[in-house]
Amino acid sequence: MKKTKPHSTVVTALSLQDLCRFCQADEAWVMELVQHGVLEPKGNSVESWQFMGRSIVRAKKARRLNRDLGINTAGVALVLELLEERDAVLRRLAQYDGLS
Amino acid sequence: MEFKNYYDVLGVSRGADAAEIKKAFRKLARTYHPDINTGAEAEAKFKDVNEAYEVLKDPERRAAYDQLGKEPPQGGAGYSPPPGWDSGFAFSDSGGHDDAAFSEFFETLFRRDRAPRGGMGAARGADSHGRIEVAVEDAFTGATRQLSLRSPVVGPDGTVTLKHRTIAVTIPKGIGAGQHIRLAGQGEPGFGQGPAGDLFLEVSFAPHPVYRPDGRDLHLDLPIAPWEAALGGHVVMPTPGGKVDLRIPRNARTGQKMRLKGKGLPGTPAGDIYATLKIVNPKVETAQARAFFEKMSKEMPFDPRAHLGG
Repeated sequence: MKKTKPHSTVVTALSLQDLCRFCQADEAWVMELVQHGVLEPKGNSVESWQFMGRSIVRAKKARRLNRDLGINTAGVALVLELLEERDAVLRRLAQYDGLS
Repeated sequence: MEFKNYYDVLGVSRGADAAEIKKAFRKLARTYHPDINTGAEAEAKFKDVNEAYEVLKDPERRAAYDQLGKEPPQGGAGYSPPPGWDSGFAFSDSGGHDDAAFSEFFETLFRRDRAPRGGMGAARGADSHGRIEVAVEDAFTGATRQLSLRSPVVGPDGTVTLKHRTIAVTIPKGIGAGQHIRLAGQGEPGFGQGPAGDLFLEVSFAPHPVYRPDGRDLHLDLPIAPWEAALGGHVVMPTPGGKVDLRIPRNARTGQKMRLKGKGLPGTPAGDIYATLKIVNPKVETAQARAFFEKMSKEMPFDPRAHLGG
């Protein structure tokens, strides 16, 4: 965590326990996301796992989609992939809008 | 406080049964989920839909709400409008819907019965989650922003009031969309002697008239004059990180992409700026300018439609 002010920090890496607290989820659920390839922690063992930027955002989104819409892990994995694809396409589209 | 018509929010009739309400909620939740719908109003709509469902799915709450009755005459005697709560920030309830701040209407009506917790032992307060929109420029230089938020507070007698507070948030230089700023101790208060939870703010960029961020990279359209495109040369481009010099190649085309390495959002490594060239014609208003173009039209053998055949 990078210090920016006495009490304000940027979240850069989270352990499994920290990520569970952050997403209000249990370890089994996070493990399932890792098994589905949604999250890619650094580290060789579960104890040394570190979840970095992209995984943190994905975990939080996955949790919201799971909780708010009742989507299971495989569904969440697919939705996240499609959303990322859509965002990339929208960015590309925005690039051509300005040129017409 | 504004009266909320929960039936209207879900688009169901007052006589709708539980299955109908659930179906309407699911459909709307899918449509307006802020992770799926990036529209500006989606988040507020999603919140409304959740709030309505929170009441209508629960037979006791629904009965109480129905008894409260019809919308008050003249659009809301006794209800004063809710405080503005938009200042570039909105709560997204990651804490499970029961602990998120809904409308004042909801909080006043349905949180009254919550018993004050604590007294027995000590426990850490829950974390709160929110969002903060920052300007692209702020990510270049760093900034401090005032954030106003409100949260339900349970009084000693069990009544719930919405407490407003303002906190200063430091936006560090080089912050990117999707990153989280953690404000220690700014979450929900702890119980007993327990410490308060943390507040996590998810950063997103406010729409910018020029730049389209993609990770640390910034994309923009760069207008150039026809002679700059034809002859090539250097142009000076202002960026949030300062002026940069860009070399336009000879015979540059519209749509051609130029990369400015390391001139994007700061970081290790810093992002790049991608400028997409866009040839812009000057407006011909003087006789002299007209003469220039006439001369070109006469002396330049150029058929832009040659590839169309015919």
